[in-house]
Amino acid sequence: MFEKLSGLLAAFACICVLSTSPVVAQDSKAVDLVQDLGSRSYSKIIKAVNGLAATGVNGVEGVLNAYLSRNLFVRKSDKRVVFAKKTDSQYRLFAPLTRQSLGTAKRSDLTKLRLNNRLRRTLRAALGGLTLRSSDPAQRIKAANVVFKAPKASQVSILKKVLAAEKDENVRPVIERSLAAAVLAHGATSKARAEAVIVLGTYSDPDVSARLKSLLIKDSAGRFAEKEPLVREAAQKALDEIAERVAIWDFIGKLFQGVSLGSVLLLAAIGLAITFGVMGVINMAHGEMVMIGAYTTFVIQEIIRTSAPAFFDVSVIIAIPMAFLVAGAFGVAIERGIIRYLYGRPLETLLATWGLSLILQQMVRTIFGPTNREVGNPSWMTGAIELDGGALLTYNRIWIIVFSVVVLVLLALVLKKTAFGLQMRAVTQNRRMASAMGIRTGWVDAMTFGLGSGVAGVAGVALSQIDNVSPNLGQAYIVDSFMVVVFGGVGNLLGTLFGALTLGVANKFLEAWSGAVLAKIFILVAVILFIQKRPSGIFALKGRAVDS
Amino acid sequence: MADLNMNPDAAPILYLDGVSVSFDGFKALNGLSFYVEPGEMRAIIGPNGAGKTTMMDVITGKTRPDEGQVMFRGITDLTRLDETAVACLGIGRKFQKPSVFENHTVYENLELALKADRRARKALFWRLSSAESDRINNVLETIALTVLRDHIAGSLAHGQKQWLEIGMLLMQEPDLLLVDEPVAGMTDAETEQTAALLRKISKTSSVVVVEHDMEFVRSLNTRVTVLNEGSVLAEGSLETLQQNQQVIDVYLGR
Amino acid sequence: MSMTQSNGPFSFLYADKGGQIFLAILFGAAVLVPILNLVLPASSVFHMPTWVVSLLGKYLCFALLALSVDLIWGFCGILSLGHGAFFALGGYAMGMYLMRQIGDRGVYGNATLPDFMVFLNWKELPWYWHGFDNFAFAMVMVLLVPGLLGFVFGWLTFRSRVTGVYLSIISQAMTYALLLAFFRNDMGFGGNNGLTDFKDILGFDIQANGTRVSLFLASIVALASCYLICRYIVSSKLGRVLIGIRDAENRVRFLGYRVEHYKLFVFTLSSLMAGVAGALYVPQVGIINPSEFSPANSIEIVIWVAIGGRGSLYGAALGAILVNYGKTYFTGALPEAWLFVLGGLFVAVTLFLPKGIVGTVPSFKAMTRSRNSRSETAKTATGETDG
Repeated sequence: MFEKLSGLLAAFACICVLSTSPVVAQDSKAVDLVQDLGSRSYSKIIKAVNGLAATGVNGVEGVLNAYLSRNLFVRKSDKRVVFAKKTDSQYRLFAPLTRQSLGTAKRSDLTKLRLNNRLRRTLRAALGGLTLRSSDPAQRIKAANVVFKAPKASQVSILKKVLAAEKDENVRPVIERSLAAAVLAHGATSKARAEAVIVLGTYSDPDVSARLKSLLIKDSAGRFAEKEPLVREAAQKALDEIAERVAIWDFIGKLFQGVSLGSVLLLAAIGLAITFGVMGVINMAHGEMVMIGAYTTFVIQEIIRTSAPAFFDVSVIIAIPMAFLVAGAFGVAIERGIIRYLYGRPLETLLATWGLSLILQQMVRTIFGPTNREVGNPSWMTGAIELDGGALLTYNRIWIIVFSVVVLVLLALVLKKTAFGLQMRAVTQNRRMASAMGIRTGWVDAMTFGLGSGVAGVAGVALSQIDNVSPNLGQAYIVDSFMVVVFGGVGNLLGTLFGALTLGVANKFLEAWSGAVLAKIFILVAVILFIQKRPSGIFALKGRAVDS
Repeated sequence: MADLNMNPDAAPILYLDGVSVSFDGFKALNGLSFYVEPGEMRAIIGPNGAGKTTMMDVITGKTRPDEGQVMFRGITDLTRLDETAVACLGIGRKFQKPSVFENHTVYENLELALKADRRARKALFWRLSSAESDRINNVLETIALTVLRDHIAGSLAHGQKQWLEIGMLLMQEPDLLLVDEPVAGMTDAETEQTAALLRKISKTSSVVVVEHDMEFVRSLNTRVTVLNEGSVLAEGSLETLQQNQQVIDVYLGR
Repeated sequence: MSMTQSNGPFSFLYADKGGQIFLAILFGAAVLVPILNLVLPASSVFHMPTWVVSLLGKYLCFALLALSVDLIWGFCGILSLGHGAFFALGGYAMGMYLMRQIGDRGVYGNATLPDFMVFLNWKELPWYWHGFDNFAFAMVMVLLVPGLLGFVFGWLTFRSRVTGVYLSIISQAMTYALLLAFFRNDMGFGGNNGLTDFKDILGFDIQANGTRVSLFLASIVALASCYLICRYIVSSKLGRVLIGIRDAENRVRFLGYRVEHYKLFVFTLSSLMAGVAGALYVPQVGIINPSEFSPANSIEIVIWVAIGGRGSLYGAALGAILVNYGKTYFTGALPEAWLFVLGGLFVAVTLFLPKGIVGTVPSFKAMTRSRNSRSETAKTATGETDG
């Protein structure tokens, strides 16, 4: 009991403190205006209604709705405007704005507020404009969209006022669009309506297109739904512009998807470009290096999830060097254990590494199980940018594009600028001479293969963000990766970049036209045919040394 | 191939006219022109990168020149043909590195090189005639490998492989023989034998020899062409060339 | 291994001791298996159940497939990682014939359309299914379709001199593209599920013992004839040219041979053989589906050949049978371990057994070789042997 009391006291104290704030000042003004609704003068009531709507205070909507549904009364005893709800024989009374209980009364104690048609219109218009003035931008957008769907003539003037007052750059266009729709529907002159159509034409969403198209529909007698030729012309023009713009956005959206796929292919193929391109080793287990990178990410994320959940967002960042090291270590072990015995026998290398890929897949299946493993996106990789045409640029894909460029640049620097890169190229060009000059060729081989595998592991981190992490992850990319390397030209990072982007973009544009599977088939066939023309890729080296 | 013999003596057997080849901006051959008379043996020398091997590639159809013509007997432009067609015209080529079929016996190597119908369907039902068998034995004799006829070619010594390859060219009965550094890595005795072998061959066909070894070139005792930076620097007997200041500067003097 | 001086229709077999043994074993199996299955009563200890007959038949089809890969890889250096495609196409051609034989006995009882087409609401038979109710037509297709694909693929690649690993990679891309294509329902080959539920072949119940034994015998005949064809080819001059191409392609070219024609001939022949193997395989296992096109399957064929002995025809067949027996055993006893074993085989064979089982039995090899040279020397009477 005492507890309840003290709780009440605390609440009271709170109210006292709050009452000094400007919000409460607004509230008290609203309370006065509500009281004005009980006036005998219609003009005063209308003023009060519009005044209430302009305050934007919470609860105004309820008051106006209550007025419309005739639930507002004046209590005869103190002339106070109240909200009354009928229960059994009595009416329960509440304060209209706060819905605070004010006890009960009999019907005879109450007078219903006056209402005529003009007042009804005012109330409805005020209600329509009400949420447009809400302090919450999301509410305002929502309200404007409601208006857009079924604009009323009364809303035109409200929208104009609201638009003039609107500061938020995200809300303005939505209101403008609704205003244009309202003018189109209820505008007085065909010129004003045609102008509204032109405004609508700057928006690309399908609702606008549908609205404009509906103007141009002919009925069975051949009459247009829209009678004014001026408006029809404007609508046709606006529709054309929209179509053009949507096509551009659509193109950009597809381009993004293509570049995104290209960046994934680039990541998957770039390690291959080192092992295949620089060392001439066909590593069929390359896909499994990618898979190992993805599983490394999974393990690191699991550890962080259970032991330090606060660091979840950086788990992917931690995973990058770890995946590089783990996959790189596998790579070095494979080179030292198997591949070094098979140099100069590319077909045997191919078979041995294929065998390895089977073993690694089965190993992962035994340890982690055959099903997909969930790797989460950190918060900075979730979400998307929405384009005008409706296409989504998801953050994880944007990051992967950035990431692939970074990896490519770093790798190019390692190959071109570091001592290791120099030794690597020396060994590639003339193994015996390099050896004679004191380069440890075996060590360089192992490191090169480790580098290629490590990069594959890093690709696995990226892939874990957009694809299922399963034992088959690597297999899904191996054919594509080889296509990229072969298409771009062996031993050339620029060629790999070009190959990945071309195949990625071509795939996405074909996909829109033919469906995913057919697109992939087309690409495969195209690459097969392409190799006939340029057997060593687009960026192939020329000269007599190449095929000797 | 009979139709190509219509005009056998008048034209040079090989005539390169303004041949240029470039690889990614590097001019391997730069307006190279020279000719070889029928029955002539010609030695070609030049520093590394002078374009000797590229020249061989162009003649044998392996590399297409950017410009220029390579006329065989004055009537066939070799730049329009591929390796197979060039070989079928009667031009044999010996590579710098010995290139024989390592898993075939010496005898089988020669048998494959034997002048015969090269089409696959003929090869499927082909039988060796006794005349052809005699020819193989003759060449075995010439290249001094009779004793090793049933050995796998891969088991031969380096010099023997070179001879076997020359023997294979002989089996082709070529009109023109291109020989790329035949004595690289050979002992002195082997070099002398090779020189004798080439002199013998030059009696029946025209021969172009690319070589670095001056002693060997001297022992061939023939006209020499010096290549430098993809074109002809000088031509003449070895003795006159050795007096030529330009040749000394770019090649001999170093 | 030249046998050019010998006479008689099978002179190319005289020196092929391993091949003679191989053919003898095939002949023995052809006699024994029908007796064990059909003549002996089911109660006998020596009775061979029909499923074993079919299993052996399946191994023989794989042996034929391995033979076709060995012909191009072992003797011409062409490593195709897409030979499963030719096998599967031959299989699909046979499967289409078997589908048409079902008639109205399918689940939907539709006499003109196979079940899966009824299921997809198709109204009429696609044009490319016409004619497959005729056995002879289907058999022509078994040869024509894989042969044509092999020819076109070979013509494109060999003409532009795509060799080595490049060829391997694009052959893999080819079978991958076909895999994707056959997975599509729109292709009209049963999509994911492929073709199955076969009822009879040439009017005989496909489940009957007699039919099974006949299919087994057909597989033996096909394997033996293809072995003889391959053996003849590799011991002809054409075969020596092929080996020359494998070892020194440029040398062959500079000798004036049209390398691409030789390769194309042997590649097309090989794809035909793979098609025949597929056609015999399908009625014995009762299903053909797109997974036969998967790149992994095609690579597995190569390992059969590598294990048996690349460049030895009966070795390839032996390798196929051994690996598939191992697969049957492991997938039954230790399914988890099979991929470890298969993967280990790939690694071990390339590292430790580059010549495969047959090539590693040295006494055997030496014996054949000395026979060879002796017979040649005797004929040409030069008097020297290499002792």
